[in-house]
Amino acid sequence: MTPLLEVSGVSKRFGGLQAVSDVSFSLGEREILGLIGPNGAGKTTLFNVVNGVYKADKGTIKFAGEDITNRPPNEVVHLGLARTHQIVKPLQDMTVLENVTVGACFGREYLALQPARKVALEVLERVGLAKSAEMSARSLTIAGKKRLEVARALAAHPKLLLLDEVLAGLNPTEITYMIGIVRDIRDSGISVFMIEHVMQAIMSLSDRLVVLSFGQKLAEGHPEEVARDPQVIEAYLGDPDIAEKLKEND
Amino acid sequence: MILRRPVFWLILVFAALMAFVPLHANNVSMREDLILVAIAIILASNLNLMIGYTGYVNFGHIVFYGLGGYVGLYLATVRSWNLVLAALTAGLVVSLFALALGMGILRLRGAYFALATIGVLQAVQSFVANFDPWGRSTGMYVAFDAYERLGGARHALWTTYFLVIGVMALSMILSLGIKISKFGLGLFAIREDEDAALVLGVNTTVFKAIIYSVSAFLPAVAGALMFYKNGMIDPSIAFEFMLSLEGIVMLMLGGKGTVVGAALGGGLYEKLRSYLLTSPKFSNFQLVIAGGLLLLVVLFAPGGLIGWLYRLVPRARKVIE
Repeated sequence: MTPLLEVSGVSKRFGGLQAVSDVSFSLGEREILGLIGPNGAGKTTLFNVVNGVYKADKGTIKFAGEDITNRPPNEVVHLGLARTHQIVKPLQDMTVLENVTVGACFGREYLALQPARKVALEVLERVGLAKSAEMSARSLTIAGKKRLEVARALAAHPKLLLLDEVLAGLNPTEITYMIGIVRDIRDSGISVFMIEHVMQAIMSLSDRLVVLSFGQKLAEGHPEEVARDPQVIEAYLGDPDIAEKLKEND
Repeated sequence: MILRRPVFWLILVFAALMAFVPLHANNVSMREDLILVAIAIILASNLNLMIGYTGYVNFGHIVFYGLGGYVGLYLATVRSWNLVLAALTAGLVVSLFALALGMGILRLRGAYFALATIGVLQAVQSFVANFDPWGRSTGMYVAFDAYERLGGARHALWTTYFLVIGVMALSMILSLGIKISKFGLGLFAIREDEDAALVLGVNTTVFKAIIYSVSAFLPAVAGALMFYKNGMIDPSIAFEFMLSLEGIVMLMLGGKGTVVGAALGGGLYEKLRSYLLTSPKFSNFQLVIAGGLLLLVVLFAPGGLIGWLYRLVPRARKVIE
């Protein structure tokens, strides 16, 4: 089976900083792939290169059989690759419903206004924001804004969703809720590629993990294997027994 | 559907009143007052498409009005075209000019775009002031016999008045139509956060260039009609930077981003200005007032009159768009 997303040899440099260097990996249909690594490892930059916000200096990115290397973000969404932002970017002075309608209008199906609004309402229901539909996006809490990010991306009816730290800044109840949303997304047939620092969540959600450090891929594989990898422990986790500890809590 | 919007019918009634009242009273000075109000509404409404809808401040919006005046006057007098055809052609030519220009300068954002629009205004003014076919700095005049084709001067002035009112109504309907469309939703997304809009799938480059071009069309048509009515044009009155700035004041006063606000601000400001200009006490004082007004609005009512109404009566949002 050909993978849904295939990243090969991608590099990105900002002046003197090699943010991403020669990273390759692939992601299959209905898979949740986790991306972890210390702060500044290049995780968000990698996302930005994949969805076309930044141009790759080297390497190719294939999505659903098409070469999307250096295609602009708006075209990448039409092909079915949507994303959320780590630092939320709500359309502040528009309502929550309008925010999500934008996602549906200009997403994969390029829906007309009326059907887009219908899709938006369904998606808001799914992420638990239906009650806030008529509120302005500005007035949402941080947890609400994170959900709005997910809702807007979902409204595009993507095949693959890139989630950039959707759990960061949430309290334990909100985290549990968001994990449920991510599972629900995968169960509906959408693949997920997610950056996360909340280890317990990422270990239990991911089918596989990719670890980045200083722009390079340090490890890749099943979450438990990765958590035992001495290099990963040294660079990021810091605790050789973390896999066992997280399992106990689960 | 636009027909289901109360504001649509409000616009039609308003335009009908504007056309009918001076005609019924057969009052020429009232007509001359109202044509200025209509021009102000046209300029403010179309400027609103850029500032209020897309979030791009255009300081040189008047360039479309002036260029339209030049192209229209040239076609209607030197080339002896029919006035309506000349005005529409002027609109089209200026729109295409804006489209080409927009592809370039809309790569700039925020203050840099605003600065570029001032540059465009100055550059066009200098060009026209040195352009032989358009009479360089002395400009062009409408030969009196040009009015004969419209049944004499008296008739021609009424005809242009009704045409300007028509353009005013179209400007407001255009604003409303865009506001309730998918295209408008994309523009609003750009206004709120251009990077987010791009990631959500809005082709920001194309959207911005189209709206810049659209916002040029009706002001150019109005310019052609207005300068034809006035009988002359020259670079300093066609490209008056002050009028560009006053357009922004009108928009802020009424409430940017709303159809009614742009029109209300345009109308009110023009009334105020003509009072100040003609009153012996305040003559030449209107820019001081304009500046003060802008300051007050930006500080205390950033949503303008309509924004203030929305805060007072939240339900008004559904009716007054």
